[in-house]
Amino acid sequence: MNLQLPPLGPIMPEIFMTSLALILLMADLFIKKKEVLAGASILGVLVVAYTLIGSSGSTFGGMFISDGYSSFFKAIFFINLILSVLISIKYIRIERVNFGEYYSLIALSTLGMMIMASAADLIVLYLGLELMALSTYILAGFIRYDIKSNEAALKYFLLGAFSSAFLLYGISLIYGLTGTTSIKAIASFISEKGLVGNPALSLSMTLFVVAFGFKIAAVPFHMWAPDAYEGAPTSITAFMSVGPKAAGFAVLGRVFMIAFASIKFEWTFLLIPLSILSMAIGNIVALAQSNIKRMLAYSSIAHAGYALIGVIAANTDGVASMMNYLMIYAFMNIGAFAVVIMLRTEGFKGENITDYEGLAKTHPFLSALMLIFMFSLTGIPPTAGFIGKLYVFMSAINAGYTWLVLVAVVFSVISAYFYLRIVMYMYMREPKIEVGTSKSGTLGVALGVTAVMVLAIGVYPKCLVELARAALSGF
Amino acid sequence: MKYYLLIPFLPLAAFVINILFGRGLIRDKAHWISCLTIIGSFIASIITGIDVINGKIINEDLYTWIVAGKFSVSVGFLIDPLTAVMLFVVTGVGSLIFIYSIGYMHGDKGYYRFFSYLSLFIFFMLMLIMSNNFIQLYLGWEGVGLCSYFLIGFWYEKKAAADAGKKAFITNRFGDFGFALGVFMIFLTFGSVHYIPVFSEVKNIVGQTVNILGYEVNLITLIALLLFCGAVGKSAQIPLHVWLPDAMEGPTPVSALIHAATMVTAGVFMVARCNAIFNLSQVAMNVVAIVGGVTSLFAATIAVAQNDIKRVIAYSTLSHLGMMFLACGVGAYAAGVFHLYTHAFFKALLFLAAGSVIHAVGHNDIQRMGGLRKYMPITYLTMFVAALSAGGIPGLAGFFSKDEIIWSAFASGSLVGKFVWVLVTAVAFFTPFYSFRMIFLAFHGKFRGTHHEEHHLHESPPVMTIPLIFLALGAIGVGWVGIPEILGGGAHFAEFLKPVLGHPEFHGTHAQEWGIMGLSTTIAISGIIIAAIFYLMKTYIPIKLAQQLSPIYRLLFNKYYVDELYHHILIRPILWVSTRFIEGITDAKIIEGIVNGVPKTIGRFAVILRKIQSGVTQHYAIFMAAGVFILVALILW
Amino acid sequence: MVLSTAVFTIGVFGFLSRKNIIIIFMSIELMLNAVNINLISLSHYLQDLRGQILAFFVIAVAAAEAAIGLAIVIALFRNKATAHVDEIHEMKG
Repeated sequence: MNLQLPPLGPIMPEIFMTSLALILLMADLFIKKKEVLAGASILGVLVVAYTLIGSSGSTFGGMFISDGYSSFFKAIFFINLILSVLISIKYIRIERVNFGEYYSLIALSTLGMMIMASAADLIVLYLGLELMALSTYILAGFIRYDIKSNEAALKYFLLGAFSSAFLLYGISLIYGLTGTTSIKAIASFISEKGLVGNPALSLSMTLFVVAFGFKIAAVPFHMWAPDAYEGAPTSITAFMSVGPKAAGFAVLGRVFMIAFASIKFEWTFLLIPLSILSMAIGNIVALAQSNIKRMLAYSSIAHAGYALIGVIAANTDGVASMMNYLMIYAFMNIGAFAVVIMLRTEGFKGENITDYEGLAKTHPFLSALMLIFMFSLTGIPPTAGFIGKLYVFMSAINAGYTWLVLVAVVFSVISAYFYLRIVMYMYMREPKIEVGTSKSGTLGVALGVTAVMVLAIGVYPKCLVELARAALSGF
Repeated sequence: MKYYLLIPFLPLAAFVINILFGRGLIRDKAHWISCLTIIGSFIASIITGIDVINGKIINEDLYTWIVAGKFSVSVGFLIDPLTAVMLFVVTGVGSLIFIYSIGYMHGDKGYYRFFSYLSLFIFFMLMLIMSNNFIQLYLGWEGVGLCSYFLIGFWYEKKAAADAGKKAFITNRFGDFGFALGVFMIFLTFGSVHYIPVFSEVKNIVGQTVNILGYEVNLITLIALLLFCGAVGKSAQIPLHVWLPDAMEGPTPVSALIHAATMVTAGVFMVARCNAIFNLSQVAMNVVAIVGGVTSLFAATIAVAQNDIKRVIAYSTLSHLGMMFLACGVGAYAAGVFHLYTHAFFKALLFLAAGSVIHAVGHNDIQRMGGLRKYMPITYLTMFVAALSAGGIPGLAGFFSKDEIIWSAFASGSLVGKFVWVLVTAVAFFTPFYSFRMIFLAFHGKFRGTHHEEHHLHESPPVMTIPLIFLALGAIGVGWVGIPEILGGGAHFAEFLKPVLGHPEFHGTHAQEWGIMGLSTTIAISGIIIAAIFYLMKTYIPIKLAQQLSPIYRLLFNKYYVDELYHHILIRPILWVSTRFIEGITDAKIIEGIVNGVPKTIGRFAVILRKIQSGVTQHYAIFMAAGVFILVALILW
Repeated sequence: MVLSTAVFTIGVFGFLSRKNIIIIFMSIELMLNAVNINLISLSHYLQDLRGQILAFFVIAVAAAEAAIGLAIVIALFRNKATAHVDEIHEMKG
């Protein structure tokens, strides 16, 4: 038996990430100041990001692949991690959950996402997905003494387990049908054996839609999202509204565009109602929210709907626009959550939309930032959100889905009502209560970076767009 | 060296610095950054302008902003004679107004905020005029609008100011919607949004029609009218003029900069810029001319009966903007732009002088002023000059541009031209009349305010009066570059703009030209004389007239009841519909004012939909299972 | 295959109908085990090891999942002495 070690180059970032998570866990025992761990995790991720540059190719018998596509998503995950950690440091002290394992769990969850993005085999995909999900369940329930946080974790956990059972059933079906779990091999088996139209194949594909739809919080598999987002610690809400969603899209893109390439017609047929429903429910129900975290949760459902349009276009342009969208979404959404966190002070939640009344008067600078993020989430030029939407819509129009884009534009207009409501509260209302802010350097850095990126991408989108296109070469 | 890039980006830098550090570090020194940068822009504009005079026209793309399929937009700059004139006006008048603001806004708690917004406004305005494509034009267009709403509502503690901001926002939605559609039509028709290809290809689509609801509509006319919709909103022409007088709730330098000299003239600039399109549609040209002419007379008559010093000037602005459109409508774009250029000086001067008065008196009501001449001589003199210039007294800037418009209207030869000529000749009487009514009421006679107020009267500080003096020199002299040939001048201004705007055909003799000029001058002077009789000598006449002609007076005083009309035919029904549907959730007044029914219905829908989210985990699971079931059914069926 | 489908369906219905969180956990286990049956029988049928490998992973992950799930339930139980899902609805709408 030949026990040769497979080449480790492509998987180097994951190995480093694992070490980082374990080191953080160990260091937690010795280090009293948890802020050091936060710093260490950011530095560690930068190292991991550095190893990413050299890694490309596939390993473990083709089960694991590192290519432009996965690297782009990993970049999103790293940005997500760094920004989330930056906004966490002060916040988890206020919530009195300043424990070291917080950071190592975030690292582990990110590791799961990285494995998902790189998975070229359904087994690896499943492992990455579970690693990500299990870590996130714990993080969602991290405020142990808070019933809302417990409830968020429970709901997320139960429904998440439910959805991964569907995923597994889908995997087992496709395994039985094709005798393999490799994404590429499945694709060639389907086209060679002429399995198109086989009901078992369609059934299995549908189960994949269910499981991935759950991860990206698409309607009707979104029900967990509002509750989990509201109950989870705000920093984790930011983290899980971007990371798992992007990871979900990463596997969605890879599995559907490659493994199920020959039944494109069938899965676009399923994704279209998902996308429309997500935009509809997300944007409409968000109108009726009074808690800003919950409102942003519905907004995140709606944004999943927009990004899905890119996948529905089902060509490289579409996938590239979806990747752009997620990158942009990472910045604007974490930025918005950073503002929400800013309002959380000792003894004051600051989660009600009415808490934003007259904020421009007391905190003009913070309000201006919130204005930028809200404009971007609405999709008003020259912010990044506009660019994201524009490219997704253009790709869909080029793929012949003009009517779908019209629907999306209508829902975009509806979304302006609740985003701009915040802006209006800030600028055109009198402050009713004294609202304090918890200032901290790291939070300031996160706010600055996100705001600058949102504007920079809005004004000069070329770099990002070309990066996404280049990432897809050889996809 | 692309030094012209400094022109827009210096003010942008000022905005960023002020907004970032204004609250902590800079505070009451915010004006330094803003003023120095705009003066820098002004110098760069002059240098660029000299290049343009020497025949160097810049048309460059800085970079490509968006490429998606056929759709490509770049951030690019076109600097030709038209742009150069606009640059001179915006940065030149802008600089003076910035300096004036130092004195006017002194001690305001939003001092740094004010200067940041002003700088941002200038940035967007410059992007608008320097653009080489419609998308950038549109973004600049919306950008200046946004800054204008912020600045109108700058004192948002005042309810009237906040309401005026909202009114401006809503009214402009109508115009901008048309404008956006126009840009979209241009893209659909030409496959490009850049000026050069569009303007060079527009002659190829003459006679093409599109079918709208069964009517064949000329394509060029459609595009031109849609674009003109935007201009009507931004430049406050009938029927979208209602926002501008209310916008006077903003600080006076804002009124001078945005609502007199620059932003409101963007509509005229846009029409002049798109002259290639407008020229090919006689219908659109006639619409422009008639809307301009009617607005001009309409606003001039209203101005006669107003007592708020700023509103008098605001209606005067409407009237002058109307004249500019009128000129464009008869094909005399150069005359329109010339008037835009002189108007910027004398109107900014009127506003700033009025601001100086308000600064001293503490309110806007000219009936409670009087005799200010001896307290504030510089303000008095400069305002007097401005009024002479605005009234079209020979030798001053306003005379040359106004005369050119009147002559162009007369000489264009068409029926519409003759019609608007009658209108504008009537305006030539009203303009000096209301200007001098205002001056006589405010500066002559006895002070009619309280004793306490009288005690307060004083001339404004030099930082305010010096810009006034400079603007007064401008109001006298800037017209000399465009003295018509008949008076021995070279009409350099029109020649300079000829490559961009072309030259209209005139049908008239020299004798007629002399006659027209003499007529309008006589009318203008008689306007002043009558104002002097009414308000200096026999002050009982206007009161008696107002009593005898009370229906007319009330009509004018209430601005022809247009606001009330809109209130009854538009806002009331909409509010009625929306309040019937649902109350609560939001009172987003901005949105509510106009399209309220829709969001409220959706809001009601949202309340129902959110009930599905019951909070019970298993209900969620049931939904998921149902989702699975439906998807499976969809795919297998 | 029939057996596994039956077990999976029982799991789904158990998940949807039982109120006690612990029993819901067991329903999830049931669903996962149904998948395992599927995988192993297919693995035998295809003479391919992957199915069994995946089954092992599933078992391992299920163990981790159970641990986390129980931890969440205990944390919840401390704050609100209940193990019934339909009593946990702090957040809704």
